[in-house]
Amino acid sequence: MAKNAVVKRDERREVAAPERTRSGAVTFTPRCDILETAEELTIYADLPGVQPGDIDIRFENGELAISAKCAPRHEDATYLACEYGIGDFYRAFTINEAIDADKIAAELKHGVLTVHLPKSEAVKPKKIAVKAE
Amino acid sequence: MLMTRWEPYTGLWNELSRFQQEMNRLFDSFGLNEGSWPTLAVAYPAVNVWEDGDNVYAEAELPGMGLEDLEIYVTGGNQLTIKGERKQPAADKGVWHRQERGFGSFARVIGLPMDVDADKVEARFCNGVLTITMPKTESAKPKKITVKTE
Repeated sequence: MAKNAVVKRDERREVAAPERTRSGAVTFTPRCDILETAEELTIYADLPGVQPGDIDIRFENGELAISAKCAPRHEDATYLACEYGIGDFYRAFTINEAIDADKIAAELKHGVLTVHLPKSEAVKPKKIAVKAE
Repeated sequence: MLMTRWEPYTGLWNELSRFQQEMNRLFDSFGLNEGSWPTLAVAYPAVNVWEDGDNVYAEAELPGMGLEDLEIYVTGGNQLTIKGERKQPAADKGVWHRQERGFGSFARVIGLPMDVDADKVEARFCNGVLTITMPKTESAKPKKITVKTE
């Protein structure tokens, strides 16, 4: 992935995939990266246009749900080109690791949400020193 | 001695097999047998363009980038160019469970339907959304023609 010189292009144009809900509103599934290190799981989610106060992150029964409100912009504009839609985001992940729920932290910068899920002490890898006799 | 077994479906299988071969040949001629489906060459980033009486606006979702990562020009009066690079955050060790976000450099040229004043173009970047405001040149602005009654 890191070697890719050009942004990977697919039919979704690197924009979030729309999903129609029963209420008629369109909810988008944001693109996410998940990185696991020895200390924590880190989730990166592209949430362009979302204000920090409009994000709701819940961790419950091993499921992390991210929902973000994004009000449509320029709805009454005369579009010359319309290649992506604007709307709320929702995505949920099942987390199988033991997570220290009290220490979950999240930040939003330039439209990218980063959620840090620190692993609980019990599951962190421990190095066992071998004693020489 | 030539032994021939009675195979009632041979004809059908032959037909199907021939059909498959025909299809393979057809797809080979398009170079589509590389294990990939034909993908339409789409440009990144996706842009929305709209206008009002005085301005043309372009908006693109560029999460994870800042104005310092972008170059925006208007050339030839009506060619908007957005160039930039999305850098991957450094992750020295660890395992990626999911990688859906793309990184790298990109450039896109968008032809505008009217001339704009290149000196007065403004770009704003807020929460990963780039908005470019381009004032129309006087000649491109809509003119109201009054109908005289006699």
